[in-house]
Amino acid sequence: MMTPQDIPLYEEVVNGFNRLSAADALGRESSDLRKTRQSAFERFRESGFPTIKNEDWKYTNIARFLKEEYALGGLQGGVTADGGDAEWGGHAAAVRVAVEKARVAELDAYIVLLVNGVWQKEDAGELPKGVELLTVAEARQDPALSVYFERPADGRERYFAALNTALFSDGLFIRVDAGALPEKPIHIIHVFTGDRNLLVQPRHVWVANRQAELKVIESIVTAGGVTAGGNAKIWVNSLTEIIVHQDAKVDHTVVQTPGEGTRLVQHTTVRQKRQSLYNNYNFTFPGSDLVRNDLQIRLEEDHTETHLYGLYLAAGQQLVDNHTLVDHQKPACFSNELYKGVLLEQSTGVFNGKVYVHRDAQKTNAFQQNNNLVIGKKATIDSKPELEIFADDVKCSHGSTVGQFSEEALFYLRARGISEDMAKGLLINAFAFDVTEKIKDPAVEAHINQLISQHIPLTHV
Amino acid sequence: MLIIKNLHAEVEGKQILKGINLTVGAGEVHAIMGPNGSGKSSLASVLAGKENYDVTEGEVIFQGKNLLEMSPEVRAREGVFLAFQYPIEIPGVSNINFLKTALAEIRTHKGLPPLDAKEFLRMSKEKQKLVEFDAKLVNRSLNEGFSGGEKKRNEIFQLAMLEPALSILDETDSGLDIDALRIVSKGVNKLRSANNAFIIITHYQRLLEYIVPDFVHVLYNGRIVKSGTKELALELEEKGYDWLKEEAHENAATI
Repeated sequence: MMTPQDIPLYEEVVNGFNRLSAADALGRESSDLRKTRQSAFERFRESGFPTIKNEDWKYTNIARFLKEEYALGGLQGGVTADGGDAEWGGHAAAVRVAVEKARVAELDAYIVLLVNGVWQKEDAGELPKGVELLTVAEARQDPALSVYFERPADGRERYFAALNTALFSDGLFIRVDAGALPEKPIHIIHVFTGDRNLLVQPRHVWVANRQAELKVIESIVTAGGVTAGGNAKIWVNSLTEIIVHQDAKVDHTVVQTPGEGTRLVQHTTVRQKRQSLYNNYNFTFPGSDLVRNDLQIRLEEDHTETHLYGLYLAAGQQLVDNHTLVDHQKPACFSNELYKGVLLEQSTGVFNGKVYVHRDAQKTNAFQQNNNLVIGKKATIDSKPELEIFADDVKCSHGSTVGQFSEEALFYLRARGISEDMAKGLLINAFAFDVTEKIKDPAVEAHINQLISQHIPLTHV
Repeated sequence: MLIIKNLHAEVEGKQILKGINLTVGAGEVHAIMGPNGSGKSSLASVLAGKENYDVTEGEVIFQGKNLLEMSPEVRAREGVFLAFQYPIEIPGVSNINFLKTALAEIRTHKGLPPLDAKEFLRMSKEKQKLVEFDAKLVNRSLNEGFSGGEKKRNEIFQLAMLEPALSILDETDSGLDIDALRIVSKGVNKLRSANNAFIIITHYQRLLEYIVPDFVHVLYNGRIVKSGTKELALELEEKGYDWLKEEAHENAATI
């Protein structure tokens, strides 16, 4: 058992926070935001990094990653707030390559490039109408926007989320005007890179005002030192807060394809208001050694609709953990969740889907399904549906399956001349299909299918 | 084309086939009949290479090659086709892409270049017409949500596309109404030629009114107990299987 003192990163972040408090690095941040940082930091200091003794991290042992030393990027890490060249300038060409790979062919989107969480504005063209885009470095110092950073969703976050709140410096702020229906989606390409081990903590806030629509596609990639064969490691601890106001719609797709040497911890909190709609599509592919997604949906008002679709394809020694929470606080909300996983080689998967129905949340409809295909002989999956229901007039269901290839389906394909490997590839694609078919944009769907084929030995058509 | 000699096979230690002998020549249609549990479908599965069957004795020679040494996919590429009794639904695998993949594999095996998209489409349209297979079903997921008749027709459509030398129809008539039966039979009759052969496994004589066999064999208790021409099928329809069962038992007793 490691004590906090044994973890080099713990000392690094404590020193970082002390420097932050002493220096003038926070600029014109409000005193409330400073207080928020302070209390988040105290919570982190109490909780430290999670271990398998913490219920939420029971199946996800990160001890081996915490033995490594990391330098703190961002505010107190010596990287300037405007992106600076210190950490990634040497990888400009590699960043370009990563961006090209992340692009979705045939998708007409407004592309926003973030390198280590910092918006590279030179890439921006004309903004879609009704959309406001700012760096978080600016937004957090703006008295009119400060409120979005002062009150995190539940104010009780611990571990990584608390650490992000204490030390975040930059990221992307998006706001869509009431009633605005931007003609293009926003494609955010997050590139992470560095020459030395780095902890990067982006913070994003996205707001869809009443009756507005926001479509976001996020691609998470790495470049340069942080790729297979490179030596530098990068720990990404990001936190995104999304507010979906009354009658607004948000369509949110996340494509995670960072390379080896990445530890990706992504926390997303969504706050839904009356009659709002939020769709999340999350895709995780082989590469990153550790992926931990915390997706929390807070249904703060009635008559909301939520769809969560996830597909994780894990390989090598990869550990992919999806924790979702759908928090039904008010009546007559509908939520539907489908996560599917394919575990290859020696990979480990974790799915924990919590649905919490408060006493007031009558007429709740909440459905959840998690299916897994465990293919590697040494691959494992821990699947845990968790339903806590305190209302009595609700419809809730959940299901979880773990299986191997259907022998009958394999035989059927082989009996038509298709080789065993190819038949398996077809079946994996077919398994993923339930999720990929839910993607609304055909260009994005094709992009995802292409990524699946790339990672599954499949040479057909 | 096909020579089966003294074929014995078991599933999970249980003896199912107990010495099958059968020779099928090019251009012939053989019907295999018999009561439930006699081993008809097992014979089809063994020929197609289903892995839970263990062949314990005997041999199967297909076009001069040892069939039992081949994997299921190689058998298919060599020209063996099994029309399944219960075709599997595979959501997410498109019918047409599946066929394209299968055909490409078979052609590669035969040293033929893959068909280009246009040629494949033309062939697909032609065969759809031949077996009266609904064009709408072609682009759907493999058998997903198909009716029983549609699934069977899809099997015949695949057969038409892959052009095997030997087709084994495993109770293709089961679950078909009279119209579907007629369509399926018409398709098979159109595909019959001097170069290919069919083994038609059926429980009822009904199918054989539409697809007229050259030979009829009765399988009982893992052995072929009687062989004849199409008249044998009529006799079975009239008298049932009991007289053959008795005969078989008497034979067994005298041995």
